[in-house]
Amino acid sequence: MLWNALLLAMREIRRNVMRSFLTVLGIVIGVAAVIIMVTIGGGATQQVTQQISSLGSNLLMVSPGQRMGMGQRSSASAFRLDDAEAISREISNISAVAPSASQSVTVVFGNENWSTSISGSTNQLFEAGNWEFKSGRQFVESELRAGKAVCIIGETVRKELFGEQNPIGQKIRLEKLSCEVIGLLNSKGQSTMGMDQDDLVVIPLRTFQRRLAGNQDVRLIQISVKDGVSTQKVEQAVTELLRERRHISANEDDDFSVMDLKEIANMLSGTTRVLTMLLGAVAAVSLLVGGIGIMNIMLVSVTERTREIGIRLAIGALEREVLLQFLVEAIVLSSLGGIVGIILALAGSVALANLIQVPFVFNMSIVVVSFLFSAAVGVIFGYFPARKAAQLDPIEALRHE
Amino acid sequence: MQSQQPSLIELRDVTKVYGSGQAEMQALGGIDLTIERGEFVAVMGPSGSGKSTCMNVLGCLDTPTAGSYRFDGIDVGSLTRDQLALLRRNYLGFVFQGFNLLNRTSALENVELPLIYRGMPAAERREHALNALKVVGLNGWEDHTPGELSGGQQQRVAIARAIVTQPSVLLADEPTGNLDSSRSREIMELLSSFNRDQGITIVMVTHEPDMAAFAKRQIHFLDGLVAHDANNQGHS
Repeated sequence: MLWNALLLAMREIRRNVMRSFLTVLGIVIGVAAVIIMVTIGGGATQQVTQQISSLGSNLLMVSPGQRMGMGQRSSASAFRLDDAEAISREISNISAVAPSASQSVTVVFGNENWSTSISGSTNQLFEAGNWEFKSGRQFVESELRAGKAVCIIGETVRKELFGEQNPIGQKIRLEKLSCEVIGLLNSKGQSTMGMDQDDLVVIPLRTFQRRLAGNQDVRLIQISVKDGVSTQKVEQAVTELLRERRHISANEDDDFSVMDLKEIANMLSGTTRVLTMLLGAVAAVSLLVGGIGIMNIMLVSVTERTREIGIRLAIGALEREVLLQFLVEAIVLSSLGGIVGIILALAGSVALANLIQVPFVFNMSIVVVSFLFSAAVGVIFGYFPARKAAQLDPIEALRHE
Repeated sequence: MQSQQPSLIELRDVTKVYGSGQAEMQALGGIDLTIERGEFVAVMGPSGSGKSTCMNVLGCLDTPTAGSYRFDGIDVGSLTRDQLALLRRNYLGFVFQGFNLLNRTSALENVELPLIYRGMPAAERREHALNALKVVGLNGWEDHTPGELSGGQQQRVAIARAIVTQPSVLLADEPTGNLDSSRSREIMELLSSFNRDQGITIVMVTHEPDMAAFAKRQIHFLDGLVAHDANNQGHS
């Protein structure tokens, strides 16, 4: 019975290929739009998450002063190296503590010069920031302690200053300080905020303080929390320790701030997820419109085939058998539309993902949901014309020309 | 009443009224008609005389406004739409005016159609349908669509579709209406043979006395009533 209805439906669709195609065009576009939106949105979410985790997983960034909004900070005394040492000594569950200070400096090598950011820090910076070495080495203990003139450069700096040359062992000049390049970092690309993360030069913290800044300030402490440990707990412990060290009484506000990168990551990926859902919802409206298109054509088809329906009823087809035939036809049509839409969407997503440089993330559930939705559209919008066909009076239907 | 077999078709004071109020139109004005198994009846009369309405009532496509119709003892007036459909499916065969075949559908599929609704398995269905086509002399034409067949051939396909279910009654509305006389004669001989050899009761509407002469009984309609009812060769 059902099989027969299916065969009849396929035969009817084959008979009117062009009309069938136009009928389901709405469904095809709707399904494709939904899947493309959700797939690209999913890719963007994944990209944001990846970029943030490239900054360092489970990273807390502690800086003096409170953010006042609009990029301003309240003034507060800087940290000292011993603050960072106290954190790594007294707080458990952390894997790296990297104190740093930085400023903008023009770097010179031969005839080339490049304005970049110089950070004074320790080897812990590379661990906290998930940096890997392309060549060369980290600082050794004696270089850090004595404040030697050595530096480790990022990929962008290498490209701008050295071009094709091997930078390791070369001397570059940072203002009055001439220092030897001992390491080259692997590229990390752009950060989520669009900053070039590879545009940096790292020198030992002590070198930075003595030779460039001329003070003992530490402007930023990056704390890497061990995997599987709540960053919130560590954040709380760090806040308490620093309040104590900076002699802040209980009724005063913090004069430093702790930023949890994971929180920012969650917020950003949450935002893209909401955007994805919104775009998906807009696309879903076009699916609905596609469904109305199917209803329209099915109604026309019922009128066109009134005599056929009359013949079927006269030779003994039951109401529900005619209903089923038309319903199955609508469902088959819209499901075919769904399948074509899915194929189009997958091809389109791959192409678009390449074009706007977002990873292609295949999402099986949205494919299944879109397909079921398109079949459901067939049921819902096919039912009305099908019922109209089934309830025809056989005599009237037979007389119809 | 249960002891003896009821008549196959028994109309008692059947009226049929279309429309209501001012537009009321009486198509049948109280018909009494009994048709026994194995009869071959020709129904004649001018257009508008009620013969088509009567055929629709006999074919269980329409129910009487008043009066009773018993088909094989069953009161048709009390049946639901689906029960009427089942009655048509299982006991009646139709040859419609103007063939009424499905377009763009092969002869074989057209003949298979009533068997599909009977739920017959595909292989058996095909065999029955091919057999019916053979009986009407359309061997080898089963893959042709109505558009590729002549009028006479289309009418044979329609007849094959009507008899493939081996119905108790074959209702034919002007089966020779669009055909020339030699083709008409072939069709009539075919119908006669079904009546003679398979005992199928046939009720046929026709305008042509030549064709009516093939039937054993002729009924003339006039103004919604039976005006004349005569046997050609007496009851068999």
